[in-house]
Amino acid sequence: MTDMAIPSGGIPWITLVLFLPLVGVVTILLAKEELAKWIALAFSLVVVAASLPLWAMFDVSTPAMQFVERHSWIASPPINYAVGVDGISLPLVLLTTFLGPLCVLVSWTAIQTRVREFMISLLVMETATLGVFVSLDFVLFYIFWEIMLIPMYLLIGVWGGPNRIYAAIKFFLYTLTGSVLLLVAILVLFFEGGQTFDILALSKAEYDPSLQNWLFWAFFVAFAVKVPMFPFHTWLPDAHVEAPTAGSVVLASVLLKMGAYGFLRLTLPILPDATAAFTPIIMTLSVVAIIYGAYMAFAQADLKKLIAYSSVSHMGFVTLGIFAFNAQGVEGAILQMVNHGITTGALFMCIGIIYERTHSREIVDNSGLAKPMPRFATFLVIFGLSSIGLPGMNSFVGEFLVLIGTFLWSKLAATLAALGVILAAAYILWMLQRVVYGVPSSHMAPKLYDMNWREMSMLLPLVGFVFWIGLYPKPLLDVMHASVNNLVQQEVRVMTVQDQPVKNTEQYVIATPHPSSALLESEAQ
Amino acid sequence: MTIPLADLVTILPEMIVVFAACVLLVLDPITPPSKKDWLAWMSLGALVVCFFITGATMNDRVFAFSDLVVVDAYASFWKLLLYLVSGLTILLSMTYLKEEGIDLAEFYGLILLSLTGMMVMVSGADLLVIYLGIELMSIPLYIMAGFKRFEARSIEASAKYFILGSFSSGILLYGISLLYGAAGSTRLADIAVAVDARGLEDPLVLIAMMLLIVGFGFKVAAVPFHMWTPDVYQGAPTSVTIFMAVASKAASFGAFLRVLLEAFGGVKPNWNGPILVICIGTLVLGNIVAVVQTNIKRMLAYSSIAHAGYALVGLVVVGWAGTEGAVASRGVSSVMLYLAIYSFMTLGAFSIVAILRRGGLEGEELEDFTGLSKRHKGAAFLMLLFMVSLAGIPPTAGFIAKLYLFMAAVDAGLAWLAVVGLVFAAVSAFFYLRVVMVMYMREPSATQEIETRLALTPTTTVVLACAVAGVVLLGIYPSPLISVTTFAAIPFR
Repeated sequence: MTDMAIPSGGIPWITLVLFLPLVGVVTILLAKEELAKWIALAFSLVVVAASLPLWAMFDVSTPAMQFVERHSWIASPPINYAVGVDGISLPLVLLTTFLGPLCVLVSWTAIQTRVREFMISLLVMETATLGVFVSLDFVLFYIFWEIMLIPMYLLIGVWGGPNRIYAAIKFFLYTLTGSVLLLVAILVLFFEGGQTFDILALSKAEYDPSLQNWLFWAFFVAFAVKVPMFPFHTWLPDAHVEAPTAGSVVLASVLLKMGAYGFLRLTLPILPDATAAFTPIIMTLSVVAIIYGAYMAFAQADLKKLIAYSSVSHMGFVTLGIFAFNAQGVEGAILQMVNHGITTGALFMCIGIIYERTHSREIVDNSGLAKPMPRFATFLVIFGLSSIGLPGMNSFVGEFLVLIGTFLWSKLAATLAALGVILAAAYILWMLQRVVYGVPSSHMAPKLYDMNWREMSMLLPLVGFVFWIGLYPKPLLDVMHASVNNLVQQEVRVMTVQDQPVKNTEQYVIATPHPSSALLESEAQ
Repeated sequence: MTIPLADLVTILPEMIVVFAACVLLVLDPITPPSKKDWLAWMSLGALVVCFFITGATMNDRVFAFSDLVVVDAYASFWKLLLYLVSGLTILLSMTYLKEEGIDLAEFYGLILLSLTGMMVMVSGADLLVIYLGIELMSIPLYIMAGFKRFEARSIEASAKYFILGSFSSGILLYGISLLYGAAGSTRLADIAVAVDARGLEDPLVLIAMMLLIVGFGFKVAAVPFHMWTPDVYQGAPTSVTIFMAVASKAASFGAFLRVLLEAFGGVKPNWNGPILVICIGTLVLGNIVAVVQTNIKRMLAYSSIAHAGYALVGLVVVGWAGTEGAVASRGVSSVMLYLAIYSFMTLGAFSIVAILRRGGLEGEELEDFTGLSKRHKGAAFLMLLFMVSLAGIPPTAGFIAKLYLFMAAVDAGLAWLAVVGLVFAAVSAFFYLRVVMVMYMREPSATQEIETRLALTPTTTVVLACAVAGVVLLGIYPSPLISVTTFAAIPFR
């Protein structure tokens, strides 16, 4: 597998996408405070525009890294500025860039103090998260992974709710402590994998199984805290509840994906033996997260907390799909990452919209909104149903693929995970019933007015994505196929070495290239 | 006895600094108070000249005065760092001393004398020369620590530093005398021969080595020899604290490494055990005790103890059995890189404390930083950068320093030590980030808005700009510094 570097003289699209937000930061610093949000919006839109060529010029037929740029950064030890995208990272890059302007829009009137610093934090955040998805050098990856901490800490701690300081510190310490072992693991890999930090080269090297076991858990803690997997999820509800709306959107839509992406890009390719050995544990934790998250979501009176716990549940599907280790599971997981980004991001925006009016996130204070806010109610119902996984909407496709993948791995796990889908339907519908159709609370009535054009404009694109992915996911799945198959075949190789030939037929089935898309096309028709 | 001219040329920078110090002390009484700044500029001029001389001769390896003094890339690296730190300390003091009302030109003379001592320390190839350097460094520091002579805290710091410092010098001297007994010489090369001949188990060598480790442990403020640090750092005038926390620590590490490697290089297993214990103790205690501090100077004092612990990780790497040649030299260069980067961030953080004024006093309590981001955006942001860098979070230089250090550790097979170090780095993030939290997430009270101001003058601006440039540029583009430290570590390959 060789890189497809950009031709010399070509435009370095990834670098553009990656650093344009920082150009925006400099511009904001130089301009007047009143212009800050306009500049942030402009730059985040330019980033969207700059990321479109990545999609348009992406070659779906190859698993190789594309648009690769490599420059030596530090000579000894060799640390490179190496970036590129493949079918696994491209969807996440696009998700991140598309959510950029929406995060600015959602903060348009909600953020009144220190607007300049807020917009700077958002843009730095965008660069950091994009950097994680495009890095091909392990140290570069780690640097972006850590840079993200500071702006998020400020977003929660400065513009957050009443208990924001506690939530910010908890978020910071959890994620920082989680990544401590990651750095040591990176350094150990450097010396064991041939004195390189190149992620692709490290993926090709072979490691001693007992070393792999250690490295696996070092990676696991870092990624599991970010996902977050049960039992490392406790920072998430606090962070979500206290964060400002844009912070919650970034957190749910992009930040949580970093952990799952870490599993896909690093754990699976670099440590295949350890992954195979520990899959049952991870699958168990994923199923627990799905059920537990859903169960906890039932009990929440605070809308944001409810969605936060539903995130734990939905991210359980993602890890389930990743560790099911077959084409359907992994593609479903990536798709589900995008879906969760769209749907949960949209739900947090919806909550932000009501919070701006009633200054409460309690369900009892925000009931019966269908009458005073019909447009809002429509959007909330659409995204609520999308979160449940209603056929024809985005989450259905992702969860369906994940469940197929899981079923091939273990029927019990798939059955239990399917239970999570039912629970999701129950708690979301119950929430919708109360918020949309419940008895209006009289003291909030005067504060309610329906959505304006700005609010519509940030939710409408997301509605588009919900139905596009729900009805015609092929373009997105096509992007993933080559990379995912390449990844999965590598795993199958390892498993065949480990297991006895008896299972070979089954593995052949697993490795069959994407029956999923055919299946889904027939579904859509 | 005649002194060859070549020998004098070798120590030209030292002579320039001493000469400048003497001229300064002579000129001080006859200079009118309004012209005192000229004396500071003069001392800066001397440092700039020395910087170029040392920079130009960095490639040489010259012995002088019958092998008592060596000027090699290693010594030159430390000297360059020391000039820089001393220069920035002088620039900061030009404003700070006026604010504190202790505007005496002797101060600059004392800084230069102390700097001479540090230069002698890192250039010494003989234990007695190193000892002389240590004393020459320490005595002006004792005086400067008590420079706020009307303040009990400052006097206490001075007295405490003096008593404990003399005590540690005595221990060091005792060790040196035992080694003289063993080797019949105090030259590092002769001692190395004697140590190799006597071997690992010889009690005389063992005791002498332990005494030296204790003596240097005092100077670098490593646990359990750190007791003086918090009180002295807190009580001394802040610009003196900077000089102690950065320059004196760097020089002590420079001399410590050379003594361990050149005199005891043959018995590495004998000292890496004690150093490992000291290293872990320093990491644990420095970081944990810093968590409960409410005075920023005191917190930074514990943080500087903790950072000594990180630098000691490099020493452990160097001494670890089985690490030879390239690995050991990477250990040395990682210590140098760490201390160079540490200098920028610690200098920056202390400088903010020095220029933040509350009434006529320094804003050194954590409370004084409440809501700083509302009152002084720039200062708050710089403090944020320094804190983030001290915690070792990218893209700041503090991350690069830790990356190289722990890389050397993993290379030497000490992955577990890297884990310990990084776990305590996460602990340290708690108290560094608390400063950020106080600055950005709390509202300033009305009285604070009125009472506090920034003593921002052209000189303090230059100091802050240098510190922040170091923290940011070395974080983004560390290659030049890395190649310099790699080159400077070559003598120990």
